[in-house]
Amino acid sequence: MSSTAQDVSGLPDSEKPLLTGNQTFASITATISGIVERKTPPIWYLALGAALSLLMVLFGSIGWLVYEGTGIWGLNNPVGWGWAIINFVWWVGIGHAGTLISAILFLLRQRWRTSINRFAEAMTLFAVSCALIFPAIHVGRVWVVYWTFPVPNQMGMWPNFRSPLLWDVFAVSTYFTASLLFWYTGLIPDLATFRDRAKTKIKKFVFGILSVGWRGGNRQWKHYELAYLILAGISTPLVLSVHSVVSTDFAVSILPGWHTTIFPPYFVAGAIFSGFAMVVTLTIIARKIFGLENMITVNHLEKMNKIILLTGSMVGYAYGMEFFIAWYSGNIYEQFTFINRAFGQYGWAYWIMVSYNVLVPQLFWFKKLRTSVPVMFVASLFINVGMWFERFVIVVSSLAQDFLPANWDYYSPTIWDVATFVGSFGLFFTLFLLFIRFLPMISMAEVKTVLPEADPHYVAPGTKGGHHE
Amino acid sequence: MAQIFPEWTNKLPTYAALGAVVIGAVVVGFIWYYGSPWYTDVGYRPAQPVPYSHKLHADDLGMDCRYCHNFVEESPHANIPPTQTCMNCHTLILPESEKLLLVRESFANKQPIEWVRIHKLPDYAYFDHSAHLRAGVGCADCHGNVAKMEVVSQTQPLSMSWCLDCHRNPEKSIRPLDQITNMEWTAPDNQAEYARRMIEERNIDPPKDCSGCHR
Ligand code: HEC
Ligand code: HEC
Ligand code: HEC
Ligand code: HEC
Ligand code: HEC
Repeated sequence: MSSTAQDVSGLPDSEKPLLTGNQTFASITATISGIVERKTPPIWYLALGAALSLLMVLFGSIGWLVYEGTGIWGLNNPVGWGWAIINFVWWVGIGHAGTLISAILFLLRQRWRTSINRFAEAMTLFAVSCALIFPAIHVGRVWVVYWTFPVPNQMGMWPNFRSPLLWDVFAVSTYFTASLLFWYTGLIPDLATFRDRAKTKIKKFVFGILSVGWRGGNRQWKHYELAYLILAGISTPLVLSVHSVVSTDFAVSILPGWHTTIFPPYFVAGAIFSGFAMVVTLTIIARKIFGLENMITVNHLEKMNKIILLTGSMVGYAYGMEFFIAWYSGNIYEQFTFINRAFGQYGWAYWIMVSYNVLVPQLFWFKKLRTSVPVMFVASLFINVGMWFERFVIVVSSLAQDFLPANWDYYSPTIWDVATFVGSFGLFFTLFLLFIRFLPMISMAEVKTVLPEADPHYVAPGTKGGHHE
Repeated sequence: MAQIFPEWTNKLPTYAALGAVVIGAVVVGFIWYYGSPWYTDVGYRPAQPVPYSHKLHADDLGMDCRYCHNFVEESPHANIPPTQTCMNCHTLILPESEKLLLVRESFANKQPIEWVRIHKLPDYAYFDHSAHLRAGVGCADCHGNVAKMEVVSQTQPLSMSWCLDCHRNPEKSIRPLDQITNMEWTAPDNQAEYARRMIEERNIDPPKDCSGCHR
């Protein structure tokens, strides 16, 4: 990343040091490789055991679903989309922070991203994996999901390209592929470091293959950095497009409460919001357990909290704007839907959503609160819950009371809805635990670029020494 | 530092890429051929309880299909004849034949013969013989030359694309109404012009929308 490090050298010196504790190239490598090289701590096995148990719950629920059909869920006549879609949107939303951090912040030369990007990208991949489960299983006959792809077949059947549900398939799978490539490209220099430090033959072999012949030569860096830049360029529009497309699943329909033009930007803001909340939750745990306070500083967390405050307020604006438009449009169905959202049978969910998503982030106006780790941890949990409820409110309240009052009903989930959702955390955490155990969870190569050594320049004698203190 | 991989492994990625292309092509080809109803369904010829021969009855004896499948022009389903129909002749013809034992038993006990079904669409697809015959589509277009079969077998895939291929271009299959059970009928030279006239005259408009067949 040396070339970009050059470009950012013009940043104001008032910028706080990104890493604390007198880090050097060697200490960074040692700290981060050390996590993976030391003996597996018992707590890791414990955590993995718990995650695997949840994963079994997921497999069990899916098995039963495949055998028995979607009737095991709480879906009823007006509410044909329940937790499966809610969970899908929620997980995809969470997956947005990773690519935002790695691609958009990279292009914007936000160097603080280097401490958290690897971590957030991994989270993106795992969240999108969880997300992909839900649309795949909600079709009921899981073995025919391939019909969503344009595969020539003996039925002469072809996907309907006018359907946003199909755009979804392409948007999310493109996003997953691009994120995976981006993440892997970023990993290559670090994998080579692991290969060089490996003691056993097997490790040498495995990391040797994974690092695809990386030697860190000048030419390799040149190509690498260009590739990384291109991938960042490709991923950037995806950050915005994926959740926009997801929102069209709703916005293109004609249901009051769904059929609004604000949905795409509103969904994107919500996705980034929830994604950052999840990154904060997870980084706080990880930096505590692995003692990474010098790499992921409160400064980093504070910056993420500012993004949470911004996007949370955007989401709040969207909530308000939906009401305004309902009134301003003079459309009585739209008006009914929104009044019903706030004060009808799902009013409780609406107020959970508003208080968790709009009120809680307002705490971050205060520097004291947005730099307090316990406060931000609790707040991020609230936001994660609140964003789940946002999707619940959107999906369920509009469906349960649509145009035909004779059809109205109350939707409640069954034990299998809950088990599938809870089980998806099993998948998420299993992947995550494997990731932090076997791969560098902070990008060594990139973090080094924020050290003063990586950015040599003349400092006039007597002036305050830039980053050196 | 010692090399982990010997030099020849440099070529591996190229070979792997080539291999992936070949394997991909083989898999696609395999599914294309073996997964198609042309392979899985066409030629289905279950053994029937009675060695009844369409070749003998419909070709050698020259019986019309509708002598036995007598509701085919009025109902969605072409009926399989009841034992009574066979006994119209077989009380007199070969009354002692071994091969007809089951037919006589069935007649005496008033129990139908359990023929094995050959052509079968899934329940969610709606098909109607009478509409097709009224439009002038012949049995042979969908069942092949049954009159040449000792034992009936399926000759067409009955897949959705097969139905749609004809529904989009029914011209080749429209014949005079008195030829629908003729197994030997071939399209005359002026078929295209004839079919166009008939489509006009009989007001033929095969459904191509989903709800036409998935009701
Ligand atoms: C003498 C009575 C008789 C006549 C005439 C006859 N069939 Fe049949 N057909 C049967 C019987 C009995 C069966 C059931 C046993 C079998 O499948 O061979 C049958 C079965 C069939 C089947 C298979 C049905 C299935 O299970 O899918 C087709 C198709 C068929 N006939 C077409 C024809 C056509 C076309 C003609 C005229 C060329 C014709 N039949 C004439 C008696 C007759
Ligand atoms: C129009 C009269 C007619 C009808 C109706 C008819 N058959 Fe026949 N069937 C014949 C004749 C004629 C033969 C040939 C006799 C011969 O080979 O000498 C024959 C031969 C047979 C044979 C061969 C018997 C043998 O020993 O070789 C079988 C089996 C048979 N028919 C079954 C049936 C069945 C089943 C039906 C009812 C679906 C049926 N037939 C309806 C006229 C008829
Ligand atoms: C347009 C195509 C088509 C034509 C024309 C056609 N059939 Fe069929 N036939 C079918 C299909 C498809 C089935 C399977 C129907 C099902 O499973 O519901 C079938 C089934 C049958 C059966 C089995 C019983 C049943 O109805 O399921 C018989 C017998 C039969 N056809 C006889 C005939 C005869 C005799 C003629 C001509 C008079 C004829 N068919 C013309 C397509 C055709
Ligand atoms: C060889 C040509 C041909 C094939 C094969 C064929 N059809 Fe048709 N079908 C027609 C024609 C011609 C009509 C138009 C009848 C009309 O408009 O009067 C028709 C009409 C229909 C109708 C409308 C009936 C009604 O009551 O209006 C249905 C349903 C249908 N076909 C189903 C099927 C299915 C299912 C298959 C495949 C298993 C099939 N068809 C295969 C030619 C064909
Ligand atoms: C001409 C009649 C016809 C029309 C029109 C038609 N289908 Fe079909 N479809 C069929 C038949 C027949 C089958 C069964 C094919 C088989 O058994 O292989 C089928 C099968 C299917 C299946 C497979 C179901 C399964 O579980 O395997 C799907 C999905 C389907 N159709 C969707 C559609 C859609 C969507 C449309 C409208 C764009 C449509 N069909 C229009 C006749 C039709």
